[in-house]
Amino acid sequence: MARGIKDKVAILGMGCSKFGERWDSGAEELMLEAYKECLKDAGIDQNQLQAAWFSTAIDEVHVGKSGIPLSMTLRLPNIPVTHVENMCASGTEAFRGACYAVASGAADFALALGVEKLKDTGYGGLPGGRGGPLQALWNANGTAPGNFAQLATAYMTAHGVSGEDLKKAIGHVSWKSHQNGAKNPKAHLQKAVEMDTILNAPMIASPLGLFDCCGVSDGAAAAIVTTPEIAKSLGKHDIVSVKALQLSVSNGSESGHNSWDGSYFHTTRIASKKAYEEAGIKSARDEVSMFEVHDCFSVTELVTMEDLHISQPGKGWRDVLDGFYDADGKIPCQIDGGLKCFGHPIGASGLRMLYEMYLQIQGKAGPRQLKNPRIGMTHNLGGSPRENIASVAIVGRYE
Amino acid sequence: MVGIVAFGAYVPRLRLNRQAAYDANKWFAPGLRGLAKGERSMANWDEDSITMAVEASRDCLTSHKAEDVRNIYFASTTHPFKDRQNAGVIGTALNVEQNLSATDIGGSLKAGTSALIAGLNASKDGAPSLVAAADKRMARVASSNELNYGDGAAALLCGTENVIAKLVGHHSVSMDFVDHFRGDEAEFDYGWEERWIRDEGYSKIVPPAIKAGLAACKLKGSDITHFIMPSLMPAVPKLMAKMAGIGEGAVRDLLGASLGDTGAAHALVMLVDALESAKAGDKIMVVAFGQGVDILVFEVTAEKDKLPKRKGLSGWMARRKEEKNYMKFLAFNDMLPIEKGMRAEFDKKTALSVLWRKRDMIYGLVGGKCRVCGTVQFPRSQVCVNPNCHAIESQDPYAMAGLECAVMSFTADSLVYSPDPPGYYGMITFPEGGRFMADFTDSDKEQVKVGAKMRMTFRIRDNDEMRGGFKRYFWKAAPV
Repeated sequence: MARGIKDKVAILGMGCSKFGERWDSGAEELMLEAYKECLKDAGIDQNQLQAAWFSTAIDEVHVGKSGIPLSMTLRLPNIPVTHVENMCASGTEAFRGACYAVASGAADFALALGVEKLKDTGYGGLPGGRGGPLQALWNANGTAPGNFAQLATAYMTAHGVSGEDLKKAIGHVSWKSHQNGAKNPKAHLQKAVEMDTILNAPMIASPLGLFDCCGVSDGAAAAIVTTPEIAKSLGKHDIVSVKALQLSVSNGSESGHNSWDGSYFHTTRIASKKAYEEAGIKSARDEVSMFEVHDCFSVTELVTMEDLHISQPGKGWRDVLDGFYDADGKIPCQIDGGLKCFGHPIGASGLRMLYEMYLQIQGKAGPRQLKNPRIGMTHNLGGSPRENIASVAIVGRYE
Repeated sequence: MVGIVAFGAYVPRLRLNRQAAYDANKWFAPGLRGLAKGERSMANWDEDSITMAVEASRDCLTSHKAEDVRNIYFASTTHPFKDRQNAGVIGTALNVEQNLSATDIGGSLKAGTSALIAGLNASKDGAPSLVAAADKRMARVASSNELNYGDGAAALLCGTENVIAKLVGHHSVSMDFVDHFRGDEAEFDYGWEERWIRDEGYSKIVPPAIKAGLAACKLKGSDITHFIMPSLMPAVPKLMAKMAGIGEGAVRDLLGASLGDTGAAHALVMLVDALESAKAGDKIMVVAFGQGVDILVFEVTAEKDKLPKRKGLSGWMARRKEEKNYMKFLAFNDMLPIEKGMRAEFDKKTALSVLWRKRDMIYGLVGGKCRVCGTVQFPRSQVCVNPNCHAIESQDPYAMAGLECAVMSFTADSLVYSPDPPGYYGMITFPEGGRFMADFTDSDKEQVKVGAKMRMTFRIRDNDEMRGGFKRYFWKAAPV
């Protein structure tokens, strides 16, 4: 394996807007909100930025194409701006671009900013109707909930888990995120919810009910990265450095070859394994302090915890019910409320996950602060169980 | 000897309960009470005359190879396209293109028999001809037509080898006797007085034609064992038979009680019904009326009993789900300005260039089979999907429409726009290899399960309302 970028890049500053139904803001206002916090945190001047990566997933309903919207909105100093899109994994993609620029020596300071303004479409849920002209002729007429619901069907089939047990476990996943989100002033949903409410909610795509699905939110998140040496020279303490950044993209074997049973994320397994190698983590269940994973749907989180090699295949639902991933459990997961409650402005989500890890490691997470976390891992997934992008980042204290 | 060598039929699964329809409308049209019994077939929202004709043709070709077909005649008064060879769409769905002549026949309720005559004539030199007929006629709310019509299709393969019903003779007259209006812009039929149609139309035009037909076949009326004559007036066929000296016992049931009148297809639907039970030596007369008359006479041969089993009309009739929700019938037929929501608004424009390049994939459900590793896959791709192969440009076309598949995972989606919510779809896998995420149709909660066996069926995928109702078709999975 290549040498990787472990400890070559430090996060100098981060910012995140309030997520939610931001009727008061367009994409531009959200971008600035995240950026102001980020730039202040980094403590540098805007003119020191040498490159930027800009992520969105559904830019056709807000900013449009190219790097220009970011450069225009922030009046960046005519630096290179690259617009990246990798579905729901776009945010981590922007971060990856910025980190690689710093790790390669091409830039001393690079900006990653993700934004999504979804609440100008006139209806709830993700905008549909994308995909090319051939997809439109044959792809099943589905939605994200419908595609992820099938993960639940297949998981139950593969592991002999009853519908009742799974429903309880995925209900607990959402219950836990609501508990956590209630402590997060930037979260879209800040209200704890009773288990009964979750279990009896209307069905969206069977077996996923309303509380099994994250909503869509408006929001933006940003990071400025540099090298650990520069961070130190700027007088930074408690430096958070990047330990691993890995991406795995489906090549069609899940959707087109009968070797996949639909019950797991092939790509997540690959990306996480590579990330542990890059970060030098031998036993993730013992070494990772906390997770922010892509809980677009409750069942996604449950299955992901197996594919990240934390829970045993087919046993994740038991760990969930045992409280293993609760705020007071062995490895807290979605301590900020996750996609479920912090919200899911698509192109910003990967950066939002990193934002929480960054705050936690620095001890700045307020009422939801965990005790002495050292290693945080994010998992940002784009697409559907059968065709996706799994993006994994590990960050931790620079020592 | 030319004749029919195979038959097939198709009836949509849903059957509208006529009492339910009457109950909804009796406040307005209490006079329909006499028709409020039995049921009529009702196309699903994703069915039209093309999809039904494709299914009937597949049923017919259970015993024969589609690629041997040299002519396709498609009869209907409800062809989905005004300027696009509807019969050609059927050909593409059957994966037949080369050496094929495809022809639409319409404009009259006797289009089905006219197509059959054309098919038989075209097959005299041995070139097999497929004759498909289907209709999905619209009728005004609270009309008798609404209760009397049915949706359905029949298909007959004509040829000279292993003929199961040889053509004894045929006779036609063309007279511009117009008994209902349906102009170019009309959605619905508008009828003239039935008594006039019976007395001046049927009674004066049909008996002489039957007489001439019998003479051409050198037969007497009493020689006819099965007399097939569709009519919305049930007494008329009996009257015509009597006037021609044909025994009352020979008059075939109009299938009104459980199917309804399938328009231009109905003479052929009734012919399939007769063929299913006919014995060698039986003589079948088919009479179709519509601005003239077509008369065909067949004699059933001993080959009929050797014809491999198919679903046929009886099989499709047995696959049935009662529908008592009249509102659903209206919605499926676009008779209700129903609130579809913004998710129904996405543009359905078809990239015709893509459709042309991928027509075997989209209309024929043709996938690929890798020459290197043998993996079957859908769609056929440039690089083999098998993770242990990935051979480049290694795949031969592999037709998958006829293969049974199974449900690997599924959902019932209440968020997605579907004319019949919730939208059922899921990953289907073919035992030979190959899988894809498919829309399901004709599915109920009880039927869709992991591992359930499914059959692929050719259906409407989208209706492009911005371009004049241009229909997009693809294959869906339906419970076996």
